[in-house]
Amino acid sequence: MLNVNEIHVGYGQSPVIRGMSFKAGKGEIVGIVGRNGMGKTTLFRSLIGMLPLKGGQITLDGVDISEDESFNRVGKGLAIVPQGRMIFPYLSVYENLISGARTPVSQEEVSEIYSLFPILREMKNRKGGNLSGGQQQQLAIGRALMTRPKVLLLDEPTEGIQPSIIKDIARTLKEIRDMRNLTIVVSEQVLSFMLDVCDRLFVIEKGALVREDLRSAVNAEEIRKMLSV
Amino acid sequence: MNLHELWSIFVMQGFAGISLFSVLLLMGLGLALIFGQMGVINMAHGEFMALGAYTTYFCSTLVQDHAPRLLPFYFPLAIVLAFVLSAALGAFVEWAMIRHLYKRPLDTLLASWGLSLIMQQTYRSIFGAREVTPTLPEWLMGSFKPTDAIDIPINGVFVLALALAVTGGLVIFMFRTPFGLRLRATVQNRAMSNAVGINTKLVDRLAFSIGCGIAGIAGAAFTTIGSTGPDSGSRYIVDAFLVVVFGGAANLLGSVASAFGIAQAQSILEFFLDGTKGKVATLLFIVVILMFRPQGLFPSKVRSS
Repeated sequence: MLNVNEIHVGYGQSPVIRGMSFKAGKGEIVGIVGRNGMGKTTLFRSLIGMLPLKGGQITLDGVDISEDESFNRVGKGLAIVPQGRMIFPYLSVYENLISGARTPVSQEEVSEIYSLFPILREMKNRKGGNLSGGQQQQLAIGRALMTRPKVLLLDEPTEGIQPSIIKDIARTLKEIRDMRNLTIVVSEQVLSFMLDVCDRLFVIEKGALVREDLRSAVNAEEIRKMLSV
Repeated sequence: MNLHELWSIFVMQGFAGISLFSVLLLMGLGLALIFGQMGVINMAHGEFMALGAYTTYFCSTLVQDHAPRLLPFYFPLAIVLAFVLSAALGAFVEWAMIRHLYKRPLDTLLASWGLSLIMQQTYRSIFGAREVTPTLPEWLMGSFKPTDAIDIPINGVFVLALALAVTGGLVIFMFRTPFGLRLRATVQNRAMSNAVGINTKLVDRLAFSIGCGIAGIAGAAFTTIGSTGPDSGSRYIVDAFLVVVFGGAANLLGSVASAFGIAQAQSILEFFLDGTKGKVATLLFIVVILMFRPQGLFPSKVRSS
């Protein structure tokens, strides 16, 4: 499904992602866990096309999307829930949801999002900027799902979110994967969340993936040690 | 002065204010899209209005020379043509110049000022240095007299109706169409808009183009109340920016309220003082308000993150 092959990404002359490769299969939830400043957000920004590649290749369903602009990648089936949510603060919840949806907007799909996140239905006319962090996160996931993605990228979805909502998000991600047979790539610093949702786990350090574990065989203690400063 | 005369003066003066409001509104609407929404300082905006005015003059001359019987009907078509030509030129200018200068406001200002000089000289070369006036259809001339003492010019009513129609159209376009939604999203967060699947470059081009098209409509409307010269655009540009900045740059309805406030203040002050003093007092009033509310009258508010 998503194939990342030897990619290099950086800011100016400073390299951040150094020759990273990984694959995420259909219906799989892949986690990338790492400390702050290890390159998680840079990786996700380059996957969606906000940052250009300095080398390597990204393919989606066998199609090379490395040179595509973000909106073209979305059209081909990639969607992102970025770090910090980045919802549109002056658009209503409903407008946020349909902002990237194909026209004519399917009200069935909107209802599907509302049933996943009932709070969004209650607040559909409220401005996105006036929601709490947890509500904004649900909105950001709903907005991404409205683009009918094949692969959903989530960059630190639990950042700044209260624990009860984090559990909801974990449950919903698994539900969405099962419903849509969706591929999900998620980055986090919180290992417990990753152990809950991911089928496969990578550890990122200094812009490279240094460890890969299946959830069934993961050694949580070792990974915790790697994540501690 | 009896009560009847006082009432007539009140009605006429009120209409003068509303008339000025419609002129300011038409001037500001296109810029509300280009500067208010996109943040592009387009110093050539007035020249797009002049393009609309010259298009109307050209249509009028063409009809008068070749099909005088169509004279009563050409004006609405001239307005449509003014919109189409200004919008097409706007799309070309965005592609050729503006898109290379996003996030460089000073460069945009200088480049668009240069463009305004080129456009002025082009008008001078084609239409001459003298001001021109199209032949207006009969139905746009004369005045409406509800009583002997009240005299309301029909061209003023026409400009008002057109301003309200364009405003309504723009509000529907911005708040009830998928493109309007994409434009509002792009204005708020360009990178994220792209990342939710919006082609932001196309949005930029269409928004700039429609803003220029509205300027063209304004220019066509202004031929009913004044003549057009190569540098007519520069007369409009200050008022257009004033309306948008005073209303709150990113707020479309703020521009409407701003145009109304400025027009009424100016009209009332001109009645009690004189034309120049009235304008000076209005400008002073705006300067003082902007000192205390630099974000304009109607800034958008959301919870701070």
